[in-house]
Amino acid sequence: MDDRWHWDWIDRNSDIVWQSFQQQLDLTFRAVIIGILISIPLAVIVRGSRAARSIVVGIASVFYTIPSLAALTLLGPFTGYISRLTVDIVLVSYTLVILLRNIITGLEEVPADVRESARGMGLSKAQMLLRVEIPLALPSIMAGIRIATVTTIGLATLASLVAQGGLGFLIIYEGFQRQILSAAIVGSALAVGLAIVSDGVLVVIQKLLTPWARRRVLT
Amino acid sequence: MIDYLSDSDHWWGPAGIVQRLIEHLQFCGVALALSLLIALPPAIAIGHTGRLAFLAINVSNIGRAIPSLAFLALAASTMPHGFSSRWPTIIALVALAVPPLITNTYVGMRQADADAVSAAKGMGLSPVQVALRVEFPLALPLMIAGLRTSVTNIIATATLAALVTQGGLGRLIVDGQAQADRGQQVTGAVLVAGLALLCDGLLVLLAKRLTPGPVVRRIRLGRSPASASA
Repeated sequence: MDDRWHWDWIDRNSDIVWQSFQQQLDLTFRAVIIGILISIPLAVIVRGSRAARSIVVGIASVFYTIPSLAALTLLGPFTGYISRLTVDIVLVSYTLVILLRNIITGLEEVPADVRESARGMGLSKAQMLLRVEIPLALPSIMAGIRIATVTTIGLATLASLVAQGGLGFLIIYEGFQRQILSAAIVGSALAVGLAIVSDGVLVVIQKLLTPWARRRVLT
Repeated sequence: MIDYLSDSDHWWGPAGIVQRLIEHLQFCGVALALSLLIALPPAIAIGHTGRLAFLAINVSNIGRAIPSLAFLALAASTMPHGFSSRWPTIIALVALAVPPLITNTYVGMRQADADAVSAAKGMGLSPVQVALRVEFPLALPLMIAGLRTSVTNIIATATLAALVTQGGLGRLIVDGQAQADRGQQVTGAVLVAGLALLCDGLLVLLAKRLTPGPVVRRIRLGRSPASASA
């Protein structure tokens, strides 16, 4: 331990810690919710056509490969170097990759005979989607939402680089630049804790939504 | 960006593009080599025996919950010379890269064709030979899918090394931002993105070469079983 550890920093700056945590929540959940709202209709549209599906998944995968710091910078000239919009676009785009893949997989794995009996019962396409296919795809969709949420919590720590706050502010500015290592540790620990708690909450939601699958353990 | 690129100092200087690229490749190369050395032996052992399987599956779930910036922060803050030595960064990179390699190699080996495995046993291969000559080659496509995740993570996180005052292409982005030199900043971002896409593309080609035809489609669609559908 050296003189860069200041645990009393936390007491003195609890308002900054709390504010960063709230910003982190806001960044994460806004991105995940927008991601869900975009990816479900998009997956439903493209799943019928193999070409459309591979184009959409292909573009999404290419984007996923681009490091987030580079993505934030590359958007700079278009949406602003210091801009909430830039962060939102980057975070939403990463969620889309994960969500699209899982939603498409989930919808594809609906057994053909289930679909056929639904059609035989006279369900329209929309009814089939809402009452049969999406419910059956829920475990896969929820798995995607879990991964997307946890991933976004990690990526949102970079939002502070474009002055949008979040827990990264504690890690990068207070921690690395001002060399208050306690702040870096607090920021990191809160990010990890938030990821674990969010994942746990989503598992509970998934169990409530799919009572029929209670005996299948999803990892 | 053109202005930035037209100055030869920005290419060959001590904080120039070439130097930063070399640093980046060094970080990534060392981290990747160490990750493979650390991940493969236990993954092959677990994949062959089936023991400790929960460990192989859950290690990447835990790994994912820890943001890469947090890995870096913890490594740099808690290790001696955290901000002056390269090793904390490399250790953070390895910690990020190992979990997908273990999970995917394990899953690939468990999915190895049971007939091929029993045929190999019937031919009198020892357990080690079965693991290394039959199961592991059959697991290669999935192993490489895990490698793609790991390499993408390593390249992205090596960019963040600039935040703990290390070198690498991230320095162009971070220094560029600090100096309001947009040319330098965007140059760094383009290079990092290009490097990531290039490496990923090379791994896709490698996977195709090592994969029997019918299995190819599966790789292209899913990066890793852990992220495709859990």
